[in-house]
Amino acid sequence: MDDTPSESGRPATVSRRAFTKGLALGLGATALPTGPAAALDWTAFFQKHFREMSEEEIRRTVERLEREARHRWRKDIRISTTRAMPGVVFGAGVDLSRCIGCRRCVYACVEENNQSRNPQVHWITVLRFRKGEKWSDLANAEKYYEPGRVPEEGFFYLPVQCQLCDNSPCVRVCPTRATWKEPDGIVVVDYNWCIGCRYCMAACPFGARRFNWAEPTIPVDEVNPDTHYLGNRPRPKGVVEKCTLCIHRVRAGRYPACVEACPVGARKFGNLLDPGSEIRYLIEHKRVFRLKEDLNTEPKFYYFFSA
Amino acid sequence: MLSVFRAAAGRVVRGDVRYYAWMVFLLALIGLAISRYVRQLDRGLITTAMRDQVSWGFYIANFTFLVGIAAAAILLVIPAYLYQFRPIREIVLFGEMVAITAVIMCALFIMVDLGQPLRVWHAWPVLGIMNFPSSLFIWDALALLGYLAINVLLVLYALWRLATGREYRLSLIFPLIVLSIPWAVSIHTITAFLYNGLPSRPFWNASILAPRFLASAFCSGPALMLIILQLIRRFSAVEVDNKALFKIAELIAYAMGVNVLLLGAEMFKEFYSGSVHMAPLEYLYFGLRGQGMLQPWIWEATAFNLIAFLIFLVPRLRERPLFLNLGAVLIVLGVYVEKGMGLVVPGFVPDTLGEIYEYWPTVSEGIIAAGIWATGALLFTLMVKFTVPIYTGQIRAERAAERGRR
Repeated sequence: MDDTPSESGRPATVSRRAFTKGLALGLGATALPTGPAAALDWTAFFQKHFREMSEEEIRRTVERLEREARHRWRKDIRISTTRAMPGVVFGAGVDLSRCIGCRRCVYACVEENNQSRNPQVHWITVLRFRKGEKWSDLANAEKYYEPGRVPEEGFFYLPVQCQLCDNSPCVRVCPTRATWKEPDGIVVVDYNWCIGCRYCMAACPFGARRFNWAEPTIPVDEVNPDTHYLGNRPRPKGVVEKCTLCIHRVRAGRYPACVEACPVGARKFGNLLDPGSEIRYLIEHKRVFRLKEDLNTEPKFYYFFSA
Repeated sequence: MLSVFRAAAGRVVRGDVRYYAWMVFLLALIGLAISRYVRQLDRGLITTAMRDQVSWGFYIANFTFLVGIAAAAILLVIPAYLYQFRPIREIVLFGEMVAITAVIMCALFIMVDLGQPLRVWHAWPVLGIMNFPSSLFIWDALALLGYLAINVLLVLYALWRLATGREYRLSLIFPLIVLSIPWAVSIHTITAFLYNGLPSRPFWNASILAPRFLASAFCSGPALMLIILQLIRRFSAVEVDNKALFKIAELIAYAMGVNVLLLGAEMFKEFYSGSVHMAPLEYLYFGLRGQGMLQPWIWEATAFNLIAFLIFLVPRLRERPLFLNLGAVLIVLGVYVEKGMGLVVPGFVPDTLGEIYEYWPTVSEGIIAAGIWATGALLFTLMVKFTVPIYTGQIRAERAAERGRR
């Protein structure tokens, strides 16, 4: 796809308008969303925190956001607000013996979750280590490996994403409670409440949080219209985003995209409260470990070796 | 009293050529910065060199340094009021105005760093949702606002007494002055805790961080005061006793001694024990895996601090204007690097997944930061210009003379 709306709609007019506005109305005005109508902007400006809204307010907000999304992406985008199911706490895992470092999970995640293509945003990072070298402190991790074929002789791989901390440093530091842990254990962000201070990024020990340094761009035919308010709905610039374990899928009883995309079945997922789930079986029968356990963040993301 | 204020306000717009040139220079810088900031708002923070690996940069570095500058007042208040040191008591007002300016600049540096500046009200009391007491960000905002309020009150009270030609009524203001001392300590401690409380970043997660903050703040703030006070003496009728300057220099020497000691303690712990946690310090001072952009800067800063320490330690050196000024400039520059870029950037290098991203601010970041410094300079100049004729009693004297003629 050669054209994206944000690029085609980007010529000098926008910045010129922004500039005159800035001179005329003072600096603050320029950051106002340049939506179709001024009235819309003020509703957006005064939009409340997701958890402070009544059902009725959520309904109206979702309607407006869907309208804005249609205007921005020229496509019907559904924004679900499905709540957590009772009796469910999600956990995930990766079998390091199987992972071949192909990064299919990375790109499946990008497409599923409407991550910006330019600038490139990835919620999953796959690290490569040389066999026999120290690796658990991550100091020798190689993130930008570019092999012709995987797996490469003499290397192994460690995919990292949100570790679903039970005791999340990111949630603790957020000045506005714009990020929080849902009852099913997923740490989410309200993209309309985040002020973009990036304190959570400094606090995250796993480099799992991403900032929209510029307006995200996605080719229109690649926008995933099946979205969740707290997950993969298109984001504005200037806010933080992260892996939500595909909240729109897992709350509808489906696997996260990365689990589905993995060609070798290295990725695991399930309900930690269900004794019969696959993830519980693995925790009970394999030797599992979690990253940086010394920090006591209690991740619900497990690494294990099947062989 | 109001008529005195009105007369003083009238004089703010009057000055010689140098005054106008200074104003035009500052306004030009501010204008340039505004145009860059509008561009940053339009395109996003991609106009900076910050990225996911190093997610705070030059703006937050300046913020951190300026919290230290806000200490300027406190090192004057202690000798002035607790030890009744007259020469300093007479100039403490200017220290408080520096504190006010510094806190306002802090707020501006936070604002330009936000991805969604219009949503800043989300962090305000009543209107927004404050994550209190969990988030140190909120603690810091409250502490800085409180410090601003205390200093504004102290300055207004002093101006009111001066305008009406009466002495300070200490009984009325003393509790506020006493409160301002622990409060100044608290703004540094809390700002340090903002970094300190993150176990993800071993460089900041060292218990020595808050004491190091305090020690360096008690150097940089007063050192800047030394320069500013001499400028005020040179360009206005305000008299500043040399004894006050020498006393400030002496206090800086003690603070810098502690600062150097704490740095040494940190260096010893990291490099002798040699765990992986020394990587950021290694990056900063010696480079890591062939990368280390900050090395020349941090060594320069370390040398500056040490030289200034020696100058201020020896009475015969610090009492010579040339060395006094040299020491002050070296400390301001040294601490600017040490408590600015040298504190913020290595927190992110290597990042939590071991990657080294070398951050260096873009021209846009530099211009916007310069604009905020110009705003601070403008604000401070206007405050001094307004205050001086009241402070020296010039306006009152002229009025009395007029009345006498009639």
